Amino acid sequence: MKGATDTTHAAREHARAQAGASAEAMPTLPASAWPAPPDGVAPADLTWAETVAGGGYASKVLGRGTTLRITDRDGAACAHLLLYNADQPWERLNVADTVKIPWQAYLGTGHPLLSDQGRVLATIIGDSSGRHDALCGTTAAGRRLQLLAAAKHGLEPRDVPPSLSLFAAVRVGAEGALEFEGSAGAGAAVELRIELPVIAILANVPHPLDRREEPAATTLELLAWRGEPTRPEDELWSSTPELERALLNTADYVEARDIA
Amino acid sequence: MSATIDPTLGTLPPGEIVADDFVPARAPWSAVVAGGDLLSIVDLGGNQAVDCLLYKADDHAERYSAPDTIVAQGSIFLTAGSVLRSNAGRPLMTVVADECGRHDTLGGACSKESNTLRYGHHTKHQHACVENFLSEGARWGLGKRDLVSNINWYMNVPVEQDGTLGIVDGISSPGLTVTVRAEVDTLVLVSNCPQINNPCNGFDPTPVRMVVTRP
Repeated sequence: MKGATDTTHAAREHARAQAGASAEAMPTLPASAWPAPPDGVAPADLTWAETVAGGGYASKVLGRGTTLRITDRDGAACAHLLLYNADQPWERLNVADTVKIPWQAYLGTGHPLLSDQGRVLATIIGDSSGRHDALCGTTAAGRRLQLLAAAKHGLEPRDVPPSLSLFAAVRVGAEGALEFEGSAGAGAAVELRIELPVIAILANVPHPLDRREEPAATTLELLAWRGEPTRPEDELWSSTPELERALLNTADYVEARDIA
Repeated sequence: MSATIDPTLGTLPPGEIVADDFVPARAPWSAVVAGGDLLSIVDLGGNQAVDCLLYKADDHAERYSAPDTIVAQGSIFLTAGSVLRSNAGRPLMTVVADECGRHDTLGGACSKESNTLRYGHHTKHQHACVENFLSEGARWGLGKRDLVSNINWYMNVPVEQDGTLGIVDGISSPGLTVTVRAEVDTLVLVSNCPQINNPCNGFDPTPVRMVVTRP
């Protein structure tokens, strides 16, 4: 293509001719054009469709009631996840409360991802992996990506707290030893129901306890669609007294804020 | 509060005492501990959770990171030899002596808001560690955005094989001391935990003693 960009007109033609190409990791716009909507989801309800390569990150502001499906497409993705209340990002994922309040260190279906304000940012409503970690945070590489993503929402380094990671299990052994148990393999997916308007930040890098030589993360697939938040009539609402009060606090916030 | 607190208890390292503070039950405390100095935290009444955050004194954006700390040592518990690392992976402090045996990295701080989830809305207006962190942190220019998962000295939080985790009866007793050495000038922010709804303070918050020694 040498010589094709030697004038403004030629450079413009050259730039425009690149449209329509595809990459291993990219967003699909509009999201409704995603080729394989989940069963029961109308293409028009899709609000986010993006693939994220190992070493990459993505973020999105998602509305209350959205379902976010995060898929480890090829078996070695690791999604380092942060959530913020989009209205007031100083309210954010608190991993300590997320394990302490449900009395459970290991994430799975029905587990709430809690903010520091006693509210639910998201609930895990589906999980075909069962291998996640809320204890070990991210790596230096993951933190660099989180800082970049956070900056694009006006956030600073002090706004980036410990994150949780999906698709890489850590278990606590005798005397508190951390044991890395890795992924569940290709195709595992987690579905989050977003309970407040959130900023979701996902970085895709190997887990800090991944001891493979030169580990590399594989592609992560992100798909979101419109839906309903957890309501009192849902079985999940009263599944534990702690979750019921957390959802009650969340409903209290959105009612007063008039975004229920 | 127990009437039999002896404020002189504790096992202090040798050296010049540069600060010796009695922290009442339920109160906050903070100080910059100079690099090389030792901070001893004395559990005067026994089984008193001491919630603790660390910040690099000349750059508060670099602060204690529970994940960096536990990943580097391969264990969730703190004890002698544990290096308390920052979010940049650098050592801020090192535990040089520990008479209790283990301390918590997972449970975080109690707050009025989380108390409503854990115990019910009648606890909303009880005092909590986050209140102490916010009021004491403000003296140093720290705010809500600067609070992260903290250390809980003397708090006992086991994790069962199935992942069940919880705050259970403590293993500390009156006068037990943990001593940390500052590897760099470190701002130490403490809440002497006021929680009364679980066993982290034996349902009876008591004072602690904070002593800074220069070897």
